[in-house]
Amino acid sequence: MTAGAIAANFDTARPTVSRHLQILTECELLQQEPAGREIYYHINAQKMKEVADFIEPFRRMWEDRFNKLEAVMKTYKKE
Amino acid sequence: MKQKTRIKAEEGRQDLLITREFDLPLELLFKAYVEPDIVAQWMGTKVLKLESKKHGSWQFETTNAQGVVVFRANGVIHEFIPNQKITRTFEMENAPGSAVQLEFLEFEGLTDDTSKLTMHVVYRSAAHRDQVLKLPFAYGINGAHNRLQNVVSQLN
Repeated sequence: MTAGAIAANFDTARPTVSRHLQILTECELLQQEPAGREIYYHINAQKMKEVADFIEPFRRMWEDRFNKLEAVMKTYKKE
Repeated sequence: MKQKTRIKAEEGRQDLLITREFDLPLELLFKAYVEPDIVAQWMGTKVLKLESKKHGSWQFETTNAQGVVVFRANGVIHEFIPNQKITRTFEMENAPGSAVQLEFLEFEGLTDDTSKLTMHVVYRSAAHRDQVLKLPFAYGINGAHNRLQNVVSQLN
């Protein structure tokens, strides 16, 4: 998508959207592809996954632990 | 499946937030943090000591099937307000490169049958926090350990 097409989806001012796109590009979450006078932005799915995966095992560890807590305490609830 | 546990870890900060909503009344959620035999059940570790009071201390230990200690942690309790708040430290023993962390646990009732836990964990530095985030298996204190490893190996 072009910056204009992306900005059209938001109520935010165009320069603000451009700034966000610039930051996301610097973080490699977006990739730029120049085409004539336009620049197309693509999502870098691999990088998105890396960012999500970074915390996911940690989150899952707590999720498992809390699920267990909930299961254990539900037996007390019945008593 | 809906993710009940959320982690908020902003870039460059030395703290993080863990939040979780439970299908449990507030009193039962809090009890899970107080009774040593209950803590042992859900944490999957031996509770050597758990003095749930101001200036109290705690110590957990996990041994493997051969009786070798694979995990030991301890800390002190700074604040203990039943059904509201526990402030404590957490330190892993015999873990090179680790450092004590400060944990603020806040408990709140949502409805008669649901409750919420907010854990604010403060680390010595942003780098130390990221190190803990990257090595969830370092704790190795629950039975989910192997399951977790399977899940992660599928991701790779």
